[in-house]
Amino acid sequence: MRDLLASLDGLRERLREIPQADERRLQDLRTELLGRRAGALTEILKQLPTLDADARRSVGGAANALKRDVEEALDARDRELKRGAGATTGLDLSLPGRARWHGGLHPVTQVVDEICGIFHELGFTRAVGPEIESERNNFDALNFPKDHPALDAQDSFYVGRELLLRTHTSPVQIRTLEAYPPPIRVVIPGQVYRRDPFDASHAPVFEQIEGLVVDEGISFVDLKATLSRFARRFFTPETAVRFHPSFFPFTEPSADMSVQCQICRGSGCATCKQTGWIEILGSGMVHPAVLENCGVDSERYTGFAFGMGPARIAILRHGVPDIRLFYDSDMRFLAQLADGGAGGVP
Amino acid sequence: VIVSRRWLEALLGRPLDAAQAAELLTMRCCPVDGVVPRHRDLGEVRVGRVLEVRRHPNADRLSLCLVDAGSDAPVEVVCGASNVTAGKVYPYAPVGATLPGGLTLERRKIRGTVSNGMLCSAKELGLGADQDGILELSTDAAPGTPLLDAVPLADDQILLEVYANRPDLLGHKGVARELAAALGGAVKLPDVGTGKGGHGGTFHLPTFQRSPAGEGVVDGVAVRLEDPEGAPRYMIAVLRGVRVGPSPAWLAARLEAIGQRPINNVVDATNYVLFELSQPLHAFDLAKLRGPAVVVRRGRPGEKIVTLDGVERTLTGDMTAICDAERPTIVAGVMGSAESEVTAATTAVVLECACFQPTRIRRTRRSLGLASESSYRYERGIDVLGMPDAMRRTIELIVAVAGGEVREPPLDLWPEPAQPRSVFLRPARVAHLLGVPVPRDEIERLLASVGFVAAPRGADDRLGVQVPGWRPDVVREVDLIEEVARLRGYDTFPDELRPYRPTTVADAPREVTAARLREHLVRAGLFEARTLPLGPEDGPDALPLVNPLSAEERHLRRRLLPGLVRRSEHNWSARTRDIRLFEVGNVFRRGTDAPEEYLAVAAVLSGSRHPPHWSDGGAVPDMDIWDLKHHFEATLALAWPGARVRPAKAGGWEAVGAGGDPVGWAGPLEADRPVWAAPLLGFETRVADGPRPAPRYRPLPTTPPVERDVALVVPEAVAAAEVERVLTDALGPLLERLAVFDQYRGPAVPAGTRSLAWHLTFRAPDRTLREKEVDERLMTALTSLRPLGVRQRES
Repeated sequence: MRDLLASLDGLRERLREIPQADERRLQDLRTELLGRRAGALTEILKQLPTLDADARRSVGGAANALKRDVEEALDARDRELKRGAGATTGLDLSLPGRARWHGGLHPVTQVVDEICGIFHELGFTRAVGPEIESERNNFDALNFPKDHPALDAQDSFYVGRELLLRTHTSPVQIRTLEAYPPPIRVVIPGQVYRRDPFDASHAPVFEQIEGLVVDEGISFVDLKATLSRFARRFFTPETAVRFHPSFFPFTEPSADMSVQCQICRGSGCATCKQTGWIEILGSGMVHPAVLENCGVDSERYTGFAFGMGPARIAILRHGVPDIRLFYDSDMRFLAQLADGGAGGVP
Repeated sequence: VIVSRRWLEALLGRPLDAAQAAELLTMRCCPVDGVVPRHRDLGEVRVGRVLEVRRHPNADRLSLCLVDAGSDAPVEVVCGASNVTAGKVYPYAPVGATLPGGLTLERRKIRGTVSNGMLCSAKELGLGADQDGILELSTDAAPGTPLLDAVPLADDQILLEVYANRPDLLGHKGVARELAAALGGAVKLPDVGTGKGGHGGTFHLPTFQRSPAGEGVVDGVAVRLEDPEGAPRYMIAVLRGVRVGPSPAWLAARLEAIGQRPINNVVDATNYVLFELSQPLHAFDLAKLRGPAVVVRRGRPGEKIVTLDGVERTLTGDMTAICDAERPTIVAGVMGSAESEVTAATTAVVLECACFQPTRIRRTRRSLGLASESSYRYERGIDVLGMPDAMRRTIELIVAVAGGEVREPPLDLWPEPAQPRSVFLRPARVAHLLGVPVPRDEIERLLASVGFVAAPRGADDRLGVQVPGWRPDVVREVDLIEEVARLRGYDTFPDELRPYRPTTVADAPREVTAARLREHLVRAGLFEARTLPLGPEDGPDALPLVNPLSAEERHLRRRLLPGLVRRSEHNWSARTRDIRLFEVGNVFRRGTDAPEEYLAVAAVLSGSRHPPHWSDGGAVPDMDIWDLKHHFEATLALAWPGARVRPAKAGGWEAVGAGGDPVGWAGPLEADRPVWAAPLLGFETRVADGPRPAPRYRPLPTTPPVERDVALVVPEAVAAAEVERVLTDALGPLLERLAVFDQYRGPAVPAGTRSLAWHLTFRAPDRTLREKEVDERLMTALTSLRPLGVRQRES
């Protein structure tokens, strides 16, 4: 009998293990102690009928008390684990958690997606075109006169006879007008090429977003309304917007849109060259010659078009001093500017 | 283009605020890049009157002057100039003033006598070379007046970004016209004697000799226009008895104010008119002219001319040349010869005022690599109707500043005279395009404010508008509508969003796929890179550029991976070890008939499989080819649905499309890798066109599975995929899934073999499988592996 009471004392020691056990260990402990076939406490209880009355009373009382305590402890720990809180007991919770690698979109892509998203709300869909274009689509059909100074800003890379790397996304205007009947409302993101040396503010390849709207009754008011709405959505609802004359061979009238400098809020700083305004996009009413070149009746249909440079906007937004950083693909740079707060850790 | 505020003021006859002018021009014509004040650094310099000049007690060459600088008591100033005279007025810099060179004046002793400031020379004020000592001022301003208020030095340069369609804004008169339209008032040309005031554009020179035949003689010079295509209108005047010398101060100041260097009175006069009226003129020395004759013809191939800049140029038949009886003296519209230049010895001047064909000048300028103020204006188009006024103005100016006379009326060769252009405008169309009605009266008033002339009203509603010669850009109705919009002000139009009809264009599938690929790879932990698509030749069918910028960037990329390898090396050079980059972009091939362009996606991986965590004990495994294979397959599922991945002969894996054509590759990459860097792995695949089919629903199982693990001894020569194929065939539809979970090589298996263990899941969709049934099938399946030399491993 003394042996049995000593065993019970030994078993009682094991109660301490229960509050530390994880789920698997808890299962094992339950089996070890209370298992129907070979549980340690079960074994002792099985021996009760073989004892004399006194011993049966004392051992039985102790064994049943222990059984009750073990069951309670097991159940308590089980509840604790199911609550999910138990796993933290006894751990140094100040240690860092286990991370996974995360990635991120290129800052220029983020701007492209955001801009296209806003235009999507305004009823625009996304169109695309090839980067190798014909002279006809890139220049002639867009009403560029041959050998005109308007071409000076569009120095191009040629890849064949009358084939070049598009200097703007505007040739997709031509492709869209030739493939679809009005009403047309599209935005056209894509890479364009200029034969410029690679320096802090010029890249030979850069992203552009074009927009085109053509339908009956589209007017300069629609142009102003749509683009102002875009600017106030992209920046802030209070952002002041203004339009002023510009020149593109494929629009008439042409207008550049400036927004209040987001850095100095219009009071003048180095970024806005003390003017308080930052030019964001070029736009204009589609030139009737462009519509005519695409077989669209320019008396019946009118429209507007616009174009902007997401890299330039990304530069302003993030304060990036050198456009070449966008092409370095430095993991540290991409992580800094990754959407969703990567916080600078690649 | 730089315009001077003071010059504009002279044309407008009113003071201007430079910032306000810049704002008006930006909102009505063209952007202003900036306003640069001139001589602002003279703000502390004042007018000082010398009351008394005494000999310096300790130095012969110095004098001691008593200067009235506007304060209560005169100050004593030591002066070293010999021309200092009592009673005259000079620029005085007080103690504490900073001069343009950066020198700040202090009260100091000169040879024992204290000097309170300084009387300044022109050079010390940054106003040109020293002539004779200190600068004598001719002003009535009281002593103490700031110098900038007393003499006309202060000016502002307004930097205009003039668009290619507005050549009229390349001259001060055109800019002044726009400002007058905004501010009211009229533009008057300043007097040629003084640069001030205005005489309203009446000229004393009466007439021109008109010669439809294209040739004529003026004052002994025979002029022949042989290339009327290249020079539609050509005027020559001869001035005799000119005295070439420095320009008067007002003329030199006008040119200096816009950053031009004065040369001599004759050349400066032509430049003045160029910047005033935007009409290039060329003066050359009659004495150097063989014949004397002026012949306008096409260049002869190989013909040489040494231009003003001292460089020998070779002409071609595509250029227009102005020649004497023997050889070219001017590259038409671009630059004259050094030989025929007007010099101090010149007494007779031949003055050319011409219109040259814009594209001819553009090609000449490009092929010679030689641009000038003249070529810039000719390329954009000059006012052919305004040429006689420009010629008269220049002659008048030369006579005023250099003397001389015109003995015979200038010659005007214009074989096919052009008439002013007329364009019709419908007020209803203005409302249609601009979105709000603009009253007819307002349209007429706006157009008239910048020189358009509306014809009297006719029977219909249309407005007949005569276009002034300086507006070559206005050729059709819509151009006039733009004039109405900008002169009215773009900000007068509302920006209310009006109803619109939905577009007929669907989102481009290519864009949708590219967006999904980016999203997938970002979620997989990769960063998006953008690399330059230009680089060295990366394969035999790489597409070369016809006109590359550099030898290193002569081809378009035919794959994305080489660019990503270079970017990985860049990251290593910044000591970044963990690299996970992808790019979605176009790649190019030379193609058989025409260049080809595809969308592709590629990624590179190197370094730790996951971020380090303290529980790893400092050892994080590096990514290996199995990480790569998973990324490759997962990306392929989006990029090229249905593609199969198989080991490639040259190493790594290749993906093949339905037709068996390779579309992608994955494997280890060669790179210039530092010793501490992990291996670089990468994949690239083309992206299929077309929409992705939506996944189909399959009923979710309701019956329990039976699971079995089986370990097989597999010869090294037999691929796991082969074993799986045989097992799958043999086990039939009850096999739901099989997956390798272990590979073992070592003493427990025979040499030349390995142990591979699979976990198999069986299920019948309509009933509960019996274990016995599964085991029987499995035994049968294992026997079918025997021909491969594969047997079950005994435990």
